Amino acid sequence: MKPPLFDYCSAQSVQDALQKLHETPGALILAGGQSLIPAMNFRLVSPSTLIDINRIPEFRKVEVTSDGIVVGATIRHRDLELDAAVHAANPLLRLALAHVAHVPIRNRGTTVGSLCHADAAAEMPMILLLTGGSVMAQSVSGTRTIPAEEFYKFHMTTAKASDELIVSARFPALPRGAGYGFAEFARRRGDYALAAVGAIVSCDDSGIVTDARLAACGIGSKPVRLTAAENALNGRRADKAAMAEAALATADAVTAPDDTQVTQAYRRHLLAGLTRQVLAQAVSARKEAIA
Amino acid sequence: MSTRQFGAKISRNIDPELLRGEGKFTDDIPLPGALHAAFVRSPFARARIEAIDTSDALACPGVVAVYTCDNIEHLDRELPLLIPHPSMNNARTQRPLAREDVYYVGQPVAMVVAVNRYVAEDAALLVDVDYDALDVELDMEKAILDDAPLVHPSHPNNIAADFTQVSGNPDTAIAAAEHVTKLRVQVDRSTAAPMECRTVAAWFDHVSSELTVWDGTQAPIGVRGGLASLFDLDEDKVRVIAPHVGGGFGQKVMFPYADEILVPYAAINLGKPIKYIEDRRENFIGSNQERTQIHTIELYATKSGEVLALSDDFLHDTGAFIPYGIAVAQVASTSIAGPYRIPNIRVRFRAVYTPTVPVTPYRGCGRPQACFAIERAMDQLADELGIDRFEIRRRNLIRDDEFPYARDGLLFADGLQVKHDSGQYLRALEMAREAIGWDDFPAKQAEARAEGRYLGLGLAFYVEGTGLGPYEGGHIKIHPITGKVYVNTGLAGQGQGHETSFAQIVADQLGVNVSDVIFREGDTGAYDWGVATFASRAAVVSGNAIYKAAKVVRQQLVEAAANMLEAPTDEIELTDGYASVKGTNRKIAYSTIATATNPLRYAFNEAAQIATQFAPASKHDGPPLAEGQHPGLEATDYFSPSCATWAYGVHAAIVEIDPVTCRVVFHKYVCIHDCGNMINPTIVEGQVMGGLAQGIGGALFEHIEFDDDGNLTNANFVDFLIPYATEIPDIEIQHLETPSPLNPLGVKGVGEAGCIAVGATVASGLADAVSHVSGSKFHYTPVTPDMILEALPQGTAQPPD
Repeated sequence: MKPPLFDYCSAQSVQDALQKLHETPGALILAGGQSLIPAMNFRLVSPSTLIDINRIPEFRKVEVTSDGIVVGATIRHRDLELDAAVHAANPLLRLALAHVAHVPIRNRGTTVGSLCHADAAAEMPMILLLTGGSVMAQSVSGTRTIPAEEFYKFHMTTAKASDELIVSARFPALPRGAGYGFAEFARRRGDYALAAVGAIVSCDDSGIVTDARLAACGIGSKPVRLTAAENALNGRRADKAAMAEAALATADAVTAPDDTQVTQAYRRHLLAGLTRQVLAQAVSARKEAIA
Repeated sequence: MSTRQFGAKISRNIDPELLRGEGKFTDDIPLPGALHAAFVRSPFARARIEAIDTSDALACPGVVAVYTCDNIEHLDRELPLLIPHPSMNNARTQRPLAREDVYYVGQPVAMVVAVNRYVAEDAALLVDVDYDALDVELDMEKAILDDAPLVHPSHPNNIAADFTQVSGNPDTAIAAAEHVTKLRVQVDRSTAAPMECRTVAAWFDHVSSELTVWDGTQAPIGVRGGLASLFDLDEDKVRVIAPHVGGGFGQKVMFPYADEILVPYAAINLGKPIKYIEDRRENFIGSNQERTQIHTIELYATKSGEVLALSDDFLHDTGAFIPYGIAVAQVASTSIAGPYRIPNIRVRFRAVYTPTVPVTPYRGCGRPQACFAIERAMDQLADELGIDRFEIRRRNLIRDDEFPYARDGLLFADGLQVKHDSGQYLRALEMAREAIGWDDFPAKQAEARAEGRYLGLGLAFYVEGTGLGPYEGGHIKIHPITGKVYVNTGLAGQGQGHETSFAQIVADQLGVNVSDVIFREGDTGAYDWGVATFASRAAVVSGNAIYKAAKVVRQQLVEAAANMLEAPTDEIELTDGYASVKGTNRKIAYSTIATATNPLRYAFNEAAQIATQFAPASKHDGPPLAEGQHPGLEATDYFSPSCATWAYGVHAAIVEIDPVTCRVVFHKYVCIHDCGNMINPTIVEGQVMGGLAQGIGGALFEHIEFDDDGNLTNANFVDFLIPYATEIPDIEIQHLETPSPLNPLGVKGVGEAGCIAVGATVASGLADAVSHVSGSKFHYTPVTPDMILEALPQGTAQPPD
């Protein structure tokens, strides 16, 4: 459990990091290192060079505006979780972050790093997808915005090119008056989710659902929107029957095969149950918001 | 008088050092210029080795040596069978490095020694081994069939041992029975997963020809014996030190692992210190495991629930080798009747070779499996006869007036008859019934069921034969300069708190503070008579040996003090490091007594003047030391138990199933526990709690997963689920103290107690929780979310809000 030989360099600026990334085949970016370093110790990855971006001041900031939250590349999970302005703009982040591993890991691990690591069971990629967020990818040749639905390709695989650095992620603010919910189950607290579900439910004045957004992780090869469940809710009153129907409509979203922990059948059961729970949360949160 | 220390809740004196990170583990031992070892391990569960090419590895800069079976001289041999037993024919043990065949994924094939572990691991990947893979069968029930692939061609049907023990007259009793209950239960494979993996470092001093080995072992004296034999060295030229060791749980009692002899070999061979610090993956695939047993148990009873006879036939997975003999299976087979009278028993086991990591004891050592079998059977019997689960146990428990209760014909792991020496089994059951609230439970359960919830009560009783022989010793010496008390014993600690509990025993006898007792164990250079730490035996065997030695030193102190203070011995009091004359202010420090009892020529300090030849106090006729006297205040004594002493306890839990997640929620968990007289209740509770946590791991989380080819697929802490503190419920512990009649301190062992009954308790609770909707009996651990889902009615995906 010792990594193979690699080079290390500490980037002094964004341009410096991008230049090094451009010049060095096989290089990887080191942010919090909470997944990368263990993977290297297991010899699952063997980067030629680690480009450490922790000393780049531009990456150490969170910007909250009326329409969203922009998270810099080296912002730690824990900083985001405890940030009052972030919570006010979108409470789903804190709800989900509380499930990201444990406090010591959140103290060091970065949210953007987790988004790039793209574990199919990780919470924050799912939140990015749920909220309709995006990442900003930069390379020596320019900058582009990649929406979450295009960013995630497969387990640990994203649309990021090898010479691109994700400099920030943007989570939109929660729509005014929307209800929201988050639920997750892992056999041990803080582990990757066997399934986690997030919901954002907007309704019109008469209580008819105008926009139901549901997303889940841990159930397939990447975070997914639960579109069948959303369709079961949109245009209807979010009553028990509609929520039950939506929960049942999640079954096909589960594509993860049986693994050493649980079967696919279990995951379907779990996802349906969690979906009911987050919808109930969302409806009650919306009522509170109105009251 | 000082307050009595035995029985006091004293904080463990070792904790500040360990918690500050100031422990001295093998990897902390400074060995300038040390080289580091890494192993090439088999990627196949069973294969022929066609060729091994080490040239690329040897060419790797920083590599000093690469060892295979071809260049380790006399070490290329099958390693010792530690515990021979007639039930095994041609017992198979492992070679340090594989020759021609490999028998499990993880088996060491070559050892690379390099300037650091990084280079050693790089080079290990460059050793080219050509394997020819062979067929394997991982399922024990299939492995014993005639056409199954064989682990060892020498052993048809993969049977390593076949052994039957009989107590009473089961045939007659079976014929008289009115009811029979039969079930098949399985406890599956797990591993101890100690916080510190195994470690070994060695240095050979060519000037003195002395070999020093630092080994994170539970058995330093045994390791020394093995090394001295294998290297043909005088025992006194081999010193084995078990420094701080981060948990053992049985995994570190087996020896020698390949590394334990190859690292010393390389140290001698290369003339450099060598270190091997096992990593977590290696601990999973290379260090011994335990647990898989499949029991088919039958209880023969009267209609009123009295069990007349028990028949059990089980398969025990021993892995690819059986170096520790049949110990685990034997403990299981002799614990099978639990705390019950059951006068007629037939128990057979077959130990089965499987192409997996070898199986040797892991905390519990067969007891969790036996407890699971008998306790699930008692629940089923109760259910079938319509008797409540507490009542059926009450009708069968050994009564207080029946102790000692012997089971003729059943020989325990020490080769001696099973004899439950003392206990209050009925009282313990009653305490559990009250503490868990059995009388109110039916109403609570009915209420929960009316709300669509799944609430169950689990119950299990366990017994634990502890404190096996053959013996341990205790050595005590009062230091003449400091007056502090030095205590040695031959076994080793892995975090149990020996330093504190043994100090308490000594402190009472010698009238000193616990903090003035300096305890040292696990170092053959300090004390080298004894056996090892296993089978919950340290307090019983070493504890009593130390107690006996302390009594001798107490007598020496009293006599010397009486002489110096010119008072009769019965007027001497020993308190706080001073001997004093009752009712006077005349007193003398132990350091002074210890100095005075050592006749001196040279006054190397001021205090020593009193012991020199012209000092008035040392005036004597004849030799300064009389015939038969020895200098100073010092004694060694031994304790050799007549047989194991049996601890016991009852667990009861109220559990609820969350129908969405299939998680088991513990509403209450009660543990009634009796380990005889407690030396330190804080340490006892720590042991019980730790065992319970490990038991909850075994009941619900921890499972070694092999694929069909024999690859261990969850060899890491992400996928092998050790419960976190967040998964362990609050546990209410209640103590009973029934002294053991078998030793002077009246103590019984406690090291394994906590883990034994947890699987049976959880399964009992889960079966009860779903009994109104399902026939699921939970006859397998660990229980997975899928097993719970299967036990719930269809459509539970939509539970009521």
